[in-house]
Amino acid sequence: MSTLEIGQELGAKSYPINRALLVAYANASGDQNPIHQNEEFAKSVGLPDVIAHGMLTMALAGKYVSDIAGCAAVKEFSARFTKPVVVPAGADVALVISAKVTSVEDGLAKLDITATVDEVKVLGMAKATISFL
Amino acid sequence: MLNGELVGRTFPGAETTLVTQESIAAFAAVVGETNLDVAPPTYAISITLNQSQTLLQDSGLDWTRVVHGDQRFEIFRPIVAGDKLICSSTIESARVMAGNEIVSIRSDLHSGSELVVSTWSTLVVRA
Repeated sequence: MSTLEIGQELGAKSYPINRALLVAYANASGDQNPIHQNEEFAKSVGLPDVIAHGMLTMALAGKYVSDIAGCAAVKEFSARFTKPVVVPAGADVALVISAKVTSVEDGLAKLDITATVDEVKVLGMAKATISFL
Repeated sequence: MLNGELVGRTFPGAETTLVTQESIAAFAAVVGETNLDVAPPTYAISITLNQSQTLLQDSGLDWTRVVHGDQRFEIFRPIVAGDKLICSSTIESARVMAGNEIVSIRSDLHSGSELVVSTWSTLVVRA
């Protein structure tokens, strides 16, 4: 981790999101809101289709950060949910995550994280602080 | 609508949540994490979301209309299996924008007197 430098671009990784993953996340997190599982319900409240939990998208970004530094090294992590990730039946939606190092100081590195689906950003102001001591 | 007099108030939880290895494994499996020694960075939400809903059930906040606006975690140490965590939730701010209520809630997870994780959620209650 001592190789992290300001301005360094960290490579993109792709995370498939599908309906089965939404069910698994609902069960693991306790968030059983039907807009994440039930197409009919999602459409009844004006959504185009079932959408992923914003916190699932953030959890996958957390996996990206953990892969850089280890789960135990993540000190701060934040994101805005700017655009819903629509998950049609039978499809794998590719969430693509990359990051850039914005600061390295006192054993802590700050990352700006980019998360996109079809090249459209789905998280805003996504940032993490990781320890690399 | 949220009772504005509650802004600034902390609702302390009474219930202890025991973090099990199974719950960490289930959360880790969703994101493909194979290190099960500590919980993944956003695991705390699996406790604070439900706990804050319970703690704030009489606040006037309409949870059925809530959209998650943003989320922040400050992790003082990773959560591990065996942790016995108590959640307290504080309504930090509330305002109305374009007819939507914007409510910011901080939930702290303590193990005894030790603060383990703080989470901030901005909730948008759709008009």
